[in-house]
Amino acid sequence: MASVSVTGTSSRGLRRPSSLTGFWSWFTTVDHKKIGIMYGVSAFVFFIVGGLEALLIRTQLAQPDGTLLNADQYNQIFTMHGITMIFLFVMPMSAAFFNYLLPLMLGARDVAFPRLNAYSFWVFLLGGLFLYSSPFLGGAPNGGWFGYAPNSTTDPSIGMTFYALGLLITGIASAAGAVNLAITIINMRAPGMSLFRMPVFVWMGLVVQFLLVFALPIITVGLFELLFDRRWGTHFFDPTAGGDPILWQHLFWLFGHPEVYILILPAFGIISEIIPVFARKPLFGYQFMVFSGIAIGFIGFGVWAHHMFAAGLGPVANTAFGVSTAIIAIPTGVKIFNWMATLHGGDLRFTSPMLYAIGAVTMFVIGGLSGVTHAVVPSDYQQTDTYYVVAHFHYVIFGGSVFAFFGAFHYWWPKVFARQLSETLGKVAFWILLIGFNLTFGPMHILGLSGMIRREYTYPESLGLTFWNQIATLGAFLIALSVLTFMVNVLRTHIRKQPLASEDPWDARTLEWMTPCPPPVYNFEEIPQVHSLDEFWHRKYVEDEKTGTLVPAQAGAAPEHDDDHTEAGHGIHLPSPSYWPLVSAVGLPVIAYGVLYSWWLVAAGALVVLVGFMGWAVEPSVAED
Amino acid sequence: MAMAIEKPHAGEGGEHETTTGLPNTKLAMWLFLASECLLFGALISTYVLYRGASTVGPYPADVFDIPYTSVSSFVLLASSLTMVLALTAAQKRDVPRMRLWLLATALLGLTFVGGQVYEFTAFYHEGLALSTNLFGTTFYVLTGFHGVHVTVGIFMLLSLVGLSGADRLPDDAGFPVEMVGLYWHFVDIVWIIIFTVVYLIPTGPTPAN
Repeated sequence: MASVSVTGTSSRGLRRPSSLTGFWSWFTTVDHKKIGIMYGVSAFVFFIVGGLEALLIRTQLAQPDGTLLNADQYNQIFTMHGITMIFLFVMPMSAAFFNYLLPLMLGARDVAFPRLNAYSFWVFLLGGLFLYSSPFLGGAPNGGWFGYAPNSTTDPSIGMTFYALGLLITGIASAAGAVNLAITIINMRAPGMSLFRMPVFVWMGLVVQFLLVFALPIITVGLFELLFDRRWGTHFFDPTAGGDPILWQHLFWLFGHPEVYILILPAFGIISEIIPVFARKPLFGYQFMVFSGIAIGFIGFGVWAHHMFAAGLGPVANTAFGVSTAIIAIPTGVKIFNWMATLHGGDLRFTSPMLYAIGAVTMFVIGGLSGVTHAVVPSDYQQTDTYYVVAHFHYVIFGGSVFAFFGAFHYWWPKVFARQLSETLGKVAFWILLIGFNLTFGPMHILGLSGMIRREYTYPESLGLTFWNQIATLGAFLIALSVLTFMVNVLRTHIRKQPLASEDPWDARTLEWMTPCPPPVYNFEEIPQVHSLDEFWHRKYVEDEKTGTLVPAQAGAAPEHDDDHTEAGHGIHLPSPSYWPLVSAVGLPVIAYGVLYSWWLVAAGALVVLVGFMGWAVEPSVAED
Repeated sequence: MAMAIEKPHAGEGGEHETTTGLPNTKLAMWLFLASECLLFGALISTYVLYRGASTVGPYPADVFDIPYTSVSSFVLLASSLTMVLALTAAQKRDVPRMRLWLLATALLGLTFVGGQVYEFTAFYHEGLALSTNLFGTTFYVLTGFHGVHVTVGIFMLLSLVGLSGADRLPDDAGFPVEMVGLYWHFVDIVWIIIFTVVYLIPTGPTPAN
């Protein structure tokens, strides 16, 4: 058996990487925690880039007849903003939390396929960089994040070809990651961790991975068809040859609507972890939470055409999808009420994670209600493709997911980095964010109902839209200020190097807090035996039989950590670092550039992929001593 | 038949007991195949949606040679039999037979892909290119996607033979052979659907030209 410090070499060829620390170890790591951190950092960088694009949009729209951007530049900026925030920020940021936390919450040492995990990350990162190379190679995608045909197939610039190829690459990353994480949850649980003892975050993770597994192949086909239409003159979406552009809409939204839940369910999981901890109560209606999450997953596949009410599908289809859309509000409402019931009568502590969690629930409710108005078909005719829709999806995705992410940063920062973010700065950032967010997106409801069309690059003064646009722009800069405050908080925390007062700073409930901060590479010295939901809580507290109040459990039941972690962990069998995931990933963008420029590049990229996979296949997952 | 696998070597990080008792790799393969069902589902749906929608010829009835494709379909289906024989041999640790049947499977797959290349070439010479009409578009992309899947399967089969030759397979090679077999059978089953939908069900009257 290998020990934790791995020193093996591959029996032939390249020397196998062995270092678990240092700069280069990040390129070969298969540790789910390091991969989680890399996902998080990359996604945050893309968040900043996407945010700067948003500021450009808002600056352009701050005045009537804005001249900062021309129409062509504006098309590229808003398209890249959408692609970046969805595919390069919210999805990978969710993957960051899943990667880091799922094994810890399940009591596992790593994910089911550690090298595949590294592969997913590298493919995502390279896919993102591929997309961002497009502005330097003839123009960024410019057809909106949903790339409607035939605009996307006939646009003369190279941008939408980059769109198809880039999203195919990031799709591979998500699909590989989804299979990996789903199997981890199904098959890597600690003894006693039955399905209904899993934290809700893990459950939401499971639902999201299944959504990805079944939704991604559909968009993959759509993107291939788009690519073939653009690159090799096929007629999938070409009405002049009998093709039907509506097919693209169906394929896109059959993926795109489950995608909406792929974006929001991780946030629901995060909120479900944070609220019970700071209400010091178990989550109200745990099983209802789980089943409503599963229900959202299933119904999420049956509502896609509500994005297409104005496409002319006819009254029967519109009614059916209007009804199913109204139905999906029910399990979502169940979740909202359960969070409120968890808060009710709780011993509330308004820490920054809690503020962000409550903010996320509140903002999501506003977005959810405007969503219900979309289910009403005649009302949707009026709103479709206006700023009302922009307001709606920013309230659910920014108000829901992004608020939850900031809560999660504050909540799990001590776990990951053994430093606590400043509560004061966290709360200041929260209030600026809350005000800025509502100033930005609240007025968009009014703008939309006043007839401001989505994606128009400028508007004349005579439309009377100026005032609310100025408010929205002001709000956007407040959001930027809040994100800046968060970044200052992070920097300050890491410069001060103040050690954690406690390894369980929030008095938490779930298994990840049983490990030291940060967790050692092997996570758990001894795999815990799980007896109940909120296992860690029940190890810390028991109910006093006379008074019914909680009292600390007997000594010895609370977690104990060895003082000297370096001695521990010998004899634990861990997967070894590997070059092959990175090598196999590098081939994919090479193939994609080849599709744009030359078959020779395609062949070269395919060769790299092949060599990578072969090296991977013959390399044992754990190096021999 | 494949219940005899106890210690999968192909599963990464699966050195301790798994929760379900099933190897991670096997569950992952099933989940991957489920995902593939939707990939082919969307492609086949596209084909079906555009059946008879071409505005210019050649139409399916002009180019299809059903007896020829039936033979190559039979060859592909026969490869499922040799795949099973390879798995049985692997589970009995009969390495020479396992290699023989794996090679036979790869060869049958290669024959099928070769037949497809010939068929594409013939159709092309009859005037059906990728961009000629909707039939060409949907036909080449759907069957081409399937062909790529078969080709990937052939690579995997040949890799197994190569690894076995280099003595890099575990003593009990049943597990990796079973995993490749799952993929291979899936690709065969998809072909049954594609063959039926594309070749056997008539498109109906084509516009007179």
